[in-house]
Amino acid sequence: MIGPLPQSQQSEWAIETHDLCKSFGHVSALQDITLRVPCGALVTVLGPNAAGKTTLLRVLATLTRPSTGRVLLQGLEVQGHDAALCNLIGWVGEQTLLYGHLSPQENLRFYGRMYGVDDLDTWIHALLNRLGVGERQEDPLHTLSRGMQQRVAIARAILHRPPLLLLDEPYSSLDRHGAAILSSLLGQLRDAGHTVLMTTHDLARASELGGEVLILLDGRLVQRLDPQRTADDLRAAYDRCTGERR
Amino acid sequence: MSQDQNDALPLVVGLTAVLVLFSLYAVFIFAPTERVMGHVQRIFYYHVASAWVGFLAFLVACASGLLYLAKRSPRWDRVTAASVEIGLLFSTIALVEGSLWARPVWNTWWTWDPRLTTTLVMCLYYATTLMLRRLGGSEERNARVGAVLSIVGFVNVPIVFLAIRMWRTIHPAVLTTSGFAVAPRMLVALLASLLAFTALYVCLMWTRIRVARLEHDVSALRHRITATRP
Amino acid sequence: MSYWRSVAAIVAKDVLAEARSREALSAMLLFALMVAVTFNLALELRIDNVLQIAPGLIWVAFVFAGVLGLNRSFAAEQDRACIEGLMLAPVDRSAIYIAKCISNTLFMLTAEALFLPVFSVLFRVPVGSPALWLVVFLGTVGFASAGTLFAAVAMNSRAREILLPLLLLPIVVPVLTAATRSTAQVLEGQTLAAYAPWLRLLLAFDIISVVIAVLTFEYVIEE
Repeated sequence: MIGPLPQSQQSEWAIETHDLCKSFGHVSALQDITLRVPCGALVTVLGPNAAGKTTLLRVLATLTRPSTGRVLLQGLEVQGHDAALCNLIGWVGEQTLLYGHLSPQENLRFYGRMYGVDDLDTWIHALLNRLGVGERQEDPLHTLSRGMQQRVAIARAILHRPPLLLLDEPYSSLDRHGAAILSSLLGQLRDAGHTVLMTTHDLARASELGGEVLILLDGRLVQRLDPQRTADDLRAAYDRCTGERR
Repeated sequence: MSQDQNDALPLVVGLTAVLVLFSLYAVFIFAPTERVMGHVQRIFYYHVASAWVGFLAFLVACASGLLYLAKRSPRWDRVTAASVEIGLLFSTIALVEGSLWARPVWNTWWTWDPRLTTTLVMCLYYATTLMLRRLGGSEERNARVGAVLSIVGFVNVPIVFLAIRMWRTIHPAVLTTSGFAVAPRMLVALLASLLAFTALYVCLMWTRIRVARLEHDVSALRHRITATRP
Repeated sequence: MSYWRSVAAIVAKDVLAEARSREALSAMLLFALMVAVTFNLALELRIDNVLQIAPGLIWVAFVFAGVLGLNRSFAAEQDRACIEGLMLAPVDRSAIYIAKCISNTLFMLTAEALFLPVFSVLFRVPVGSPALWLVVFLGTVGFASAGTLFAAVAMNSRAREILLPLLLLPIVVPVLTAATRSTAQVLEGQTLAAYAPWLRLLLAFDIISVVIAVLTFEYVIEE
């Protein structure tokens, strides 16, 4: 169902940041974040609360401007609002970005028109079925449970087939079935060449998904773990990082 | 901080003091007493000067708002905020002076005359923009929004100015198509007070901007100290 | 053309959402009627002096109802952070403004179209003339164009309900003046030549307002 990405969108690095800093007033949320994510990778960002995970993702999604530093997505520098960049990004955040009075179908049709997606109705139908929302796709969104709404939000994020997916705690509010669907979907997206950057505070989830792991603590990138590490390695590294803080 | 000790502010304050003293002389001694209204007419000089400073301040705020959006430097935001504050102060003073003058002359403290109404409305607008800054939000957003509001808000000034032309009004018009409608010695007093108040505006702006900069520095220092406390 | 496709998509979405919930429209209409009735009680309107008060009354009702509608328009975008969805879309920020301005104008005009006949019956003021509707249209566009910009400013603030009218009303003083004066002249049956200057002022304000708002909207809509 998820076809491979068109070749023209391939460039070496999906995400690059150089000395990225973000402060809110005098409070520093991110400090000197320099990282590179290759295309097609799945990267999980781990960290305790207030580590800066959400801020990092929002900066990458161009929802927030960095205070200093550079961000490049697929080789394109992020400087203000740019339509080309918007087409690259699929975002799932804490909020669903969906209109309560409209049905899932109508919500997706709206976003499809905004992104200029072709063959919209068939694609929406397929996506909503894939995410297990097929039965409720014509009911007003506010009548769906939070977990179902989250699934529609995921559909919204991949609707325009963006090469880069930025997901902030996407598993929260998903039940076991929903989580299974998401995991399988992420696997398919990886195979098709999409890059996925995800945050979570759930170590088990990070282990299960595989892929590279970045640990964020107090706004700094303190550890990178390659995909080959084991679950125990991950837990040990994480405990070491967060233990050192005290 | 040491840059403040060697700057020209004391000179400017001195010059302002001289100009104010001169204007006091011009207004109360040099200018003749008005035939109909008597001495109370002398409020006119400072009333016009206050209104003028209000308009000037809002114009400066509009310009610095544009500069902020272009350059994104916090310095321009400090200029905007200071100018709006001072403009609001002087516009309110103009309203009060006008009211004090109106009581003996029109026999009322207030009237819903278009010029008074539009001035009051303009004051409410700018007061609201100041209130907005205190309601929280990031410094950067407040600066950005403050810039837009002072750019758009400047439309108030021509509205107040042209209120006399748009509606029938009992408010007297000083600047008519045939030049100043005022006697020569009174003109001198008027120009003296305009000059004095403009100098006062510059003094107040300078000081206010400096205070804003110091406030910013203090709060940054305070934050740095509390952040590194074990 | 993707710019106008996006504008159309947002307007269509707003209309669809409003058709489903009917929250804004009913709130605006009821509020306008409430204002008219309250004024009647407070001012002890007798039918013989109604033509003097009617223009002011109509426009006060429109202004208060309009502020309500404007606030709701952006509150709906803040719900579930939908405004971020709009910001993430590959379209210029000004398209969001134009679309919102169009929807707000549409909703205000609809509420006004429902209000005026009721007003006409209650106060025995004729509202059939096309000139009146032209004035209403131009005045509403002026109000909505400035209002959409300020609603975006107030949207992120805690005191949004009080901020919007305080910021908006000073700026729309020309609109209010021109609208009430020309409404009065139309209701009195005066000729087009009499109120044409006011119409020109309204048109000029509308154009300037939209241009300035399009230029400055991107600065106020960002986080």
